[in-house]
Amino acid sequence: MPKSNNIKSSEITDEQTYLNRRNFMRFGLLASTTVATGFGYRFFNPPAAKEIETSKIETIKQLEKNLSEIDKPNTFKEITNYNNYYEFSTSKSSVADAAKDFVTRPWTLEVSGLVQNPKTFDIEDLLKFEQEERIYRFRCVEGWSMVIPWVGFPLKTLLDKVQPLGSAKYVSFETYFDKLQMPNWRSAGIDLPYVEGLRIDEAMHPLTILATGLYGKQLPNQNGAPIRLVVPWKYGFKNIKSIVRINLTETMPATTWNITSPTEYGFYSNINPNVSHPRWSQADEQRIGEFSRRKTLMFNGYGEEVAKLYEGMDLKKNF
Amino acid sequence: MQDVKFNKFLISLNAFVPLILFGFDAFRGNLGTNPIEFFLRTTGVLALVFLLITLSITPLRKIFGWNTLIKYRRMLGLYAFFYGCLHLSTYSIFDKSLNLVSIVSDVYQRPFIAVGMLSFFLLIPLAVTSTNAMIKRIGGKNWMKLHKLTYLIAIGGVLHFYMIVKSDITYPAIFAIVLVGLLGYRIFDNYRKPVAKRESIKAK
Repeated sequence: MPKSNNIKSSEITDEQTYLNRRNFMRFGLLASTTVATGFGYRFFNPPAAKEIETSKIETIKQLEKNLSEIDKPNTFKEITNYNNYYEFSTSKSSVADAAKDFVTRPWTLEVSGLVQNPKTFDIEDLLKFEQEERIYRFRCVEGWSMVIPWVGFPLKTLLDKVQPLGSAKYVSFETYFDKLQMPNWRSAGIDLPYVEGLRIDEAMHPLTILATGLYGKQLPNQNGAPIRLVVPWKYGFKNIKSIVRINLTETMPATTWNITSPTEYGFYSNINPNVSHPRWSQADEQRIGEFSRRKTLMFNGYGEEVAKLYEGMDLKKNF
Repeated sequence: MQDVKFNKFLISLNAFVPLILFGFDAFRGNLGTNPIEFFLRTTGVLALVFLLITLSITPLRKIFGWNTLIKYRRMLGLYAFFYGCLHLSTYSIFDKSLNLVSIVSDVYQRPFIAVGMLSFFLLIPLAVTSTNAMIKRIGGKNWMKLHKLTYLIAIGGVLHFYMIVKSDITYPAIFAIVLVGLLGYRIFDNYRKPVAKRESIKAK
């Protein structure tokens, strides 16, 4: 065995080369680690998705706007890049991109159960119903809110066509579910398909609409294309997206978040600043686009229209 | 530059990369729809990441013999504290409008806030005693004992993350698995030591 210190002097790296190499390695380390850290940051905080154009809705009946100056509609960009749609992603800023290839044609909506004329509607037929613009406040159970110019028609219009029987007390809704198209179904942490429900008087209320668009254009996928429920005095999760089935029943239907955590999410889920969610206060909210919080209004400010639906009910118990 | 100095610079630079990119995003108006939530989430996750890196130093030294890593541990812990401070400040300023009554009632009513707050307050004595002078003052043994609190803080931090998630537990679960690995290694190592000692005595 040769002695370890048997190194020819010609093999010894001279000091200058050694220092250059060291500096080169250091530079490489600085560059590669910061780039890697940067990619990590970007992965968890992705930029906004590219806007996908949807077709314009041709005739929209303009209603008198009754929102005050303090309720300016949020921008299209805000509304379409901050969505809870767990089938696609549980990160609100990632839903737009995850849902961009979701296929919404052909699409049918089946209405059945306790009705005179059960019927399956084609989405093109539903788009032929008279469409109105409805600018509503939207309040998420997580404590943020927006103002959204929806386009749609009263749910009552649809229910009148199938003629609910006297025995129908509740209306249940179901979201389309397809494991191939909805990549996050496994880690969503909720039972799928997503289901929701309303009492029949809530469903027939003139403020309750089926939305087919926003800002005058058909709904983008991330907002629940091609048709979703909007009940402005209830927390966002009641406003079920991409509906394929409506069923009229005599008993109270199961609802997804109530199944997931019954102590946190009730069937009614009316917006109520006096009833806290166990994990966060509902007394105030962050309006998207603002940096200070505003007080949450009872029934999201629609009390005048809907409070009578709950007369005599204990809203702390029926949360 | 000394190697240690360079490595510290390397760590600091990486620790600030998220903040730099955040500033860059803010400048270009790219913070997304809810910048407050974005910053709150990012700083919270970074505090946890630095806590777990801090806890990985001991296993790395013991398994691979990378003993020099100990020189960077206090600094990594301080970055966890730094991001923890930013996280708590964001919550206090934007979610609670610096209303102390509202913060206290939040702690009282909501277990996940209480757990997070407790973890943060336990970090304070560790940050305060992170200087060489303080180690001398309280003595190395006491210092080591005090800084065992890191285990509790990390458990609290991960629990806080798990408790705020609505239904998709993927990310908190990843943090929890790493934490269980890091703490589990210590238990395994403690258990192994007496056995190894006995074996070596027998061999003599």
